[in-house]
Amino acid sequence: MRALIEITHEPLNPEQITNQVRQDGNGAVVTFLGTTRDSFEGKRVLKLDYEAYEDMALKKMEEIRQEICAEFGIADLAISHRIGTVDIGQISLVVAVASPHRKEAFYACNKVVDRVKEIVPIWKKEVFEDGSRWVACEDHEFTRTEAVTLNTDNA
Amino acid sequence: MHLEVTFFALYRERAGLRQLALELPEGGTVSDLTGAIRHRFPNLAPSNVNIVVAVNAEYADHDLALQEGDEVCLIPPVSGG
Repeated sequence: MRALIEITHEPLNPEQITNQVRQDGNGAVVTFLGTTRDSFEGKRVLKLDYEAYEDMALKKMEEIRQEICAEFGIADLAISHRIGTVDIGQISLVVAVASPHRKEAFYACNKVVDRVKEIVPIWKKEVFEDGSRWVACEDHEFTRTEAVTLNTDNA
Repeated sequence: MHLEVTFFALYRERAGLRQLALELPEGGTVSDLTGAIRHRFPNLAPSNVNIVVAVNAEYADHDLALQEGDEVCLIPPVSGG
């Protein structure tokens, strides 16, 4: 059996990840796929580059797993995040939740994604034809146009 | 004390380095560290943006006292998913 928490450079296999949470006692399985979008405010995104502080990211993902399992009274939850270069339309995040009844699985899955975006030290950079920008990082610091300009001459 | 500070993502690119060796007085805190970092890299983050620090793979309060050998990382706003 694969790990319930995973960070990998390889393409994610949602079916394999989902199978990890399927149990005969569960009547509901919810799988969320985060996929890489092809545009940012009208600009064409060519690919995304993900970077992680892996030790801490794995630790935070496991914390989220335990926190959400406790909050919703569920036992079967898997989170996988891909890092490195991810082409457009590919899967960067898989969250799979199973529970005896559907509501817990839907709500738990939604909250896991929120928490991943909130506390897991993973960053993504959108690469354009004429530059790039770290997502979220600059959003509260600069206007978006400035952010794009600032990051065209990356170190 | 001697510390190795790791920069990720936006901060790595703005600083132009991944790791920095830094000397801090004994008993120095996370605030002292971010002060020293801001002094050295004035453009790392705007003054109204808090530089988040992880110590030994855990988010650290600004008044946490650092110790030699701590694993110190600067965490720009995260954007996983």
